[in-house]
Amino acid sequence: MKKQTAFENLIHGIFLVLGLITVGCVLLITLYLVVAGIPAIRKIGLRDFLFNPKWASTASEPSYGILPFILTSVYGTAGAILIGVPIGFLTSVYLAKLAPAKIRTAVSGAVSLLAGIPSVVYGLVGMMVLVPGIRGLFHIPDGASLFAAIIVLAIMILPSIINVSITALEAVPKEYEDASLALGATPVETYFKVSVPAAKSGIAAAVVLGVGRAIGEAMAVMMVSGNAPNLPELFGSVRFLTTAVASEMSYSGGLQRQALFSIALVLFLFIMLINAALNFFLKRSKE
Amino acid sequence: MKSVNAQINAKRKLKIALLRALCGISAAFTCALVLFLLVYILAKGIPNLSWGLLTTEPSYLSGTIGILPDILNTVYMIVATLVFVLPLGVGAAVYLTEYAQNRRVVAVIEYAAETLSGIPSIIYGLVGMLFFCQFLNMQTSLLAGALTLVIMNLPTVMRTTQESLKTVPQSYREGAFGLGAGKWRVIRTVVLPGCIDGVITGCILSVGRILGESAALLFTAGFAHALNGFFEGLESAGATLTVSLYVYAKEQGEFGVAFAIAAILMILTLLVNLLAMLAGRWFKGRQKP
Repeated sequence: MKKQTAFENLIHGIFLVLGLITVGCVLLITLYLVVAGIPAIRKIGLRDFLFNPKWASTASEPSYGILPFILTSVYGTAGAILIGVPIGFLTSVYLAKLAPAKIRTAVSGAVSLLAGIPSVVYGLVGMMVLVPGIRGLFHIPDGASLFAAIIVLAIMILPSIINVSITALEAVPKEYEDASLALGATPVETYFKVSVPAAKSGIAAAVVLGVGRAIGEAMAVMMVSGNAPNLPELFGSVRFLTTAVASEMSYSGGLQRQALFSIALVLFLFIMLINAALNFFLKRSKE
Repeated sequence: MKSVNAQINAKRKLKIALLRALCGISAAFTCALVLFLLVYILAKGIPNLSWGLLTTEPSYLSGTIGILPDILNTVYMIVATLVFVLPLGVGAAVYLTEYAQNRRVVAVIEYAAETLSGIPSIIYGLVGMLFFCQFLNMQTSLLAGALTLVIMNLPTVMRTTQESLKTVPQSYREGAFGLGAGKWRVIRTVVLPGCIDGVITGCILSVGRILGESAALLFTAGFAHALNGFFEGLESAGATLTVSLYVYAKEQGEFGVAFAIAAILMILTLLVNLLAMLAGRWFKGRQKP
């Protein structure tokens, strides 16, 4: 009997370790980013690092200011949200409330395909269609720009926004809608004036999730944004926080390499903030 | 009903029609977008697919490009990642649903899983490079890439397994306990067979993510195109299909090859989605006999 208990305890222990492995991974990632990211910030100076508008890591007198990357990431994400959220939100209302069952299945399938397409494929199509298109349409020398990145990001965040909003809209109690219908509101009015406000926390979570996806995307953006470390301009070549890390990593060394880790740390802090916001809204929508 | 409709004045009617139209247009736009991407990529990619491309490795001597190494690397990557992530993810899920009693511990684990699924792949790539390639001295290798992807896919497998564990009726467990089985025996004979649905769904979703992943692999698995066997391949650097698409399109300007790879990826993505849908439907049908 004693042997049996010892065995059960061992198994319990093994599962406990497996259970804690996610926590371990988060700690590992945090630890590595902090340890790798702090030295460069200390050497460069926090204020200079965050607010100096000049990034010239390979110049003879190197300058490591990441303000252009931060602003580009913020503007790019804002732009993607501005375009992606209305389309995603309206699509989700259509799918959750208005669409006939058959159309709903078909469109949901399309949306999950959109979610599954690899980001490099978005990048490739962006490179071949969007960039030349923008160049021709706006008569600029190179179409690889913030604007192209915004459009690619807006498309890439659509599935997240649509799926989370649909879940939120479907969780609205039917009694709310019935009451509104009984009071004489038409179905469409009910959906927009009763269902949507009732699902607002869930929809907010969808938007925050979209923000997280957009700010973290690297490869697709790298292929369409031109990749020059300029302060953001809608039709200028720009570099995001993610692409700043990716584009110089392969040939970097010394302080430059350390500075790249610091950029990743800044990106990580942004993501942690966004995660906290996401959790807040998800919790509220559950209540 | 008709009299009610008549009471709705013109302005209100217009507003309703407008809202409805906007919803319909947005949904149609989304569909058109997917359709365009699908048709464009297949139309551009399939003409570039050839038997030679699929079955050879790149050769500088003859100046030809082949993507067989990339296809194999992708397969190795999927196999290696799943081998590690399945036991870990299922174990974590079993701990959460069967063992954990302290609610705070559960909350911490779930928060950690959510955090993991929100971290961008470029950060995984960086930490994977620092930890697996440098600290554990694996160099740039498929194994280092696979282990990085294990961390990325852990929350997915954990969540799908957890969902399916919740559908195992409590009475099954109680019945087994009542017959005198120990906790491990109950888990092995009753709980684990019940979560096979979730494990399969988790597998399919993970395969989809591994197929599409590139940023996390760029610095962990590298971009070599050498033809290797499985174990040899795990120890050496190698590009998966997505990474080689990036290299061919961005660094080498070989757009034909890039589109051919994109078409393959698109077809595989379609297949994965189809499988996920069929699996979901099949499991649902089985749950309510």
